[in-house]
Amino acid sequence: MKIRTARRISQVFFFSLFTFFVAVTDLRYLDGYPVSLFLELDPLVAFATAITTHSIYKGLLWSLLLIIPTILLGRVFCNWICPYGILHHFIGWVFGKGRASDQARIESNRYRSIYQIKYVILVAMIAAAVCGSLQIGLLDPICLFYRSMSTAILPVINLAAPSSVYVRQSFHAGAWAIGFLLFLLVGMNVFIPRFFCRVLCPLGAFLGALAPAALWRIERNPTKCVDCDLCLKNCEGASDPHTQLRKSECFVCFNCIEDCPEDALSFKFMPPLQHEVTAPAVPARRAFLGVLLGGAFFGFGRASGDSDRNYNKKVIRPPGSVEEKEFLDRCIKCDQCIRVCPTNVLQPAIFAAGIEGIWTPVLNMKVGYCELNCTLCGQVCPTGAIQRITIEEKTGVGAFSAQGPVRLGTAFYDHGRCLPWSMETPCVVCEEVCPVSPKAIFSREVTITKRDGTPITLRQPYVDPALCIGCGICERECPVTDEAAIRVTAIGETRSRDRRLLLDGGAGRS
Amino acid sequence: MKNSNPPEPDPQISRREFLLRAGAAGALIAGSSLGGLALWQRRHFVPGFQEKGGLRLPSFSLPPDKLLPEMAIAHGVDHEKVVRAAIGALGGMGRFIGKGDIVVIKPNVAFDRPPALAATTHPDALRAVARMVLEAGAAKVLVADNPINSPAGCYLKSGLLAVADELHLDLLYPETNSFAPIQMDGEILRNWAFFDAPFKRATKVIGLAPCKDHNLCHASMTMKNWYGLLGGRRNQFHQHIHSIVSDFALMMKPTLVVLDGMNVLMKNGPTGGRLSDVKPMGTVVAGTDMVAVDSYGYTHLLERDITELTYIRKASNRGLGNMDWKQTRHKEVQA
Repeated sequence: MKIRTARRISQVFFFSLFTFFVAVTDLRYLDGYPVSLFLELDPLVAFATAITTHSIYKGLLWSLLLIIPTILLGRVFCNWICPYGILHHFIGWVFGKGRASDQARIESNRYRSIYQIKYVILVAMIAAAVCGSLQIGLLDPICLFYRSMSTAILPVINLAAPSSVYVRQSFHAGAWAIGFLLFLLVGMNVFIPRFFCRVLCPLGAFLGALAPAALWRIERNPTKCVDCDLCLKNCEGASDPHTQLRKSECFVCFNCIEDCPEDALSFKFMPPLQHEVTAPAVPARRAFLGVLLGGAFFGFGRASGDSDRNYNKKVIRPPGSVEEKEFLDRCIKCDQCIRVCPTNVLQPAIFAAGIEGIWTPVLNMKVGYCELNCTLCGQVCPTGAIQRITIEEKTGVGAFSAQGPVRLGTAFYDHGRCLPWSMETPCVVCEEVCPVSPKAIFSREVTITKRDGTPITLRQPYVDPALCIGCGICERECPVTDEAAIRVTAIGETRSRDRRLLLDGGAGRS
Repeated sequence: MKNSNPPEPDPQISRREFLLRAGAAGALIAGSSLGGLALWQRRHFVPGFQEKGGLRLPSFSLPPDKLLPEMAIAHGVDHEKVVRAAIGALGGMGRFIGKGDIVVIKPNVAFDRPPALAATTHPDALRAVARMVLEAGAAKVLVADNPINSPAGCYLKSGLLAVADELHLDLLYPETNSFAPIQMDGEILRNWAFFDAPFKRATKVIGLAPCKDHNLCHASMTMKNWYGLLGGRRNQFHQHIHSIVSDFALMMKPTLVVLDGMNVLMKNGPTGGRLSDVKPMGTVVAGTDMVAVDSYGYTHLLERDITELTYIRKASNRGLGNMDWKQTRHKEVQA
């Protein structure tokens, strides 16, 4: 078997595995599949969260599996495993320069200085992480691809074929922006092959920084080489195999070796380094600019106060989420929680959580509510931004009854919009659906004289803050659907000492 | 620019080419005119006030039997045995289900709750009824509900998914295309989105409801169970809840209803949430008159005063059933 065939089999396998995981990230099919495996394999996720949290959360240790082949062989991940890279490779083949002349293809695969941008991006993201803001997920290909699938692609598939993906159609705030970004990045392959991988990918840059240690490399025999440049024709990484190989750029796709008519290229154990450009070609001053950029991002973000005193009442985090600043240390915006959420309540934040919190999960009770007996979001979270809590820990029963339930916020009535409070109309759907026992919503029967003089007996609802867990089903089911008469805000959330509402946490009153 | 070639005379077009080109232009003009006329909306309408049509649901009930009881009450310990005793006392499932029937069983799986909390139809009750239906020769059993909580979680955690897998029942999810408008002459319910998919080929319908407290309408039993066949803005129903629940008795004429009172959610309904909300009553009521069955459930299982249950009175006054269950032909048995 030719090595190119082996690589194609690997690409089909890993791309299929990725789409399979995306497809089964649903309560109906979950069955214990390691659906976040690609994120756990991603060494940039493990490395960056290790910087922000000084720990490696649960399955992130799997990333060692990927670091080892990189140190031995170079960036094999990029062209053998990475599902997003495979997507770009495929789209470039279909819409790109696949049918252009040999000369045009050779020219499109020469190294360009813009390919160093990814290293500046990586440096900026690491600098931000050192300060305490995890931003790798904005461009990390695995996070980006999971996010695009969950919030843009799957909902569109379900629109085209109703109930093929979800029982009820899912919606995601700002899906259009995530969808168009995917379109734009993938579309760039028409102009520059593997544009994202070569120019932007911070994971590629991270692996490229490890690649100089690789023991096996492409080696050119200059006495056999006739300088025909045909090795560039299918070079995925634009790594200059026709001259001094840029090992940090090489995707180890092996196309150059197979395309060489003179057999001048080979994959060798420890070839002499003098024949290569061994390190990423990024000038120190540019790298320093990256440090400034990352630091400024953190500084400007924190100076806005969104994660502190000026926090947004609508930033209601999933059950098991860590305190907000630590959340920004951990969340990689992969949106796996959003994919698995059975009620669609989890939404990618746009600017609600500040610039640092773009695409992190927040609950929108207009769309869904937090299911009481459900902790799926924490089960799929690869970084522990949402801890893997149990149902018992979430609901505060059994051994956890002393600490009480996890609260996401507190519900408040807006009497002016409430039918029994101000419109002489019976309702209390909110009380009906309140899932805790005893119900946090209770009602008092009152008999009032209507405008026309006739009496009416109806029930007026109240919230018991000691019992309310902020699940938001009251808001979701309220018939005043444009802006509910009962709304949950973040105050009272148990994850933060500073944002609690009752002095005794409600424990003494139930 | 220099023009080196002398102008050539234009060639004459052929008759054939003239006809083809003129014909194509004419066809385009005619086509766009006809298309425009065909799609022309001449009259305006007032958005939101258009005439609506909908399907009329057929009756699934059987002609009344002159000898067999209309209602049976069975007491006992073993869930399946009590269900069998109740239906047996009515004359057995063979009275209702024949060979080749396609049977819809409507459980109440409104909430994502484990069975022990008695907020949903118990899996043992579904197993018992579905087995009897299959034993009676039914060709197919469909189980369908439109829960308030997310459907996948409700089916899974209520334990009904496992029973459906075990007995090869068709569990239907309320999908986007599962609904069609229904048309009826209720007090309030007139035109509403209905979970139509299971009823397209159904020949018999069995309602299988738990007996529960309800915060607004006092109780959720076999009549209230049909709420789960509706879609749309159900959260408006609460503004006229008693009229709506009695309309359900007009909407659905089932073959049989079964009220599961083995464990009754006495308070904090309809969701429950604690075992202390649940009381073991060891009773199953089956019958053809859901008003009678529910009135027994309200007085004897929830142990409350029937005069406060407005929807039962409304349904009885409208001739949709008999709220004085003692007047009906009934039988009480021990399993």
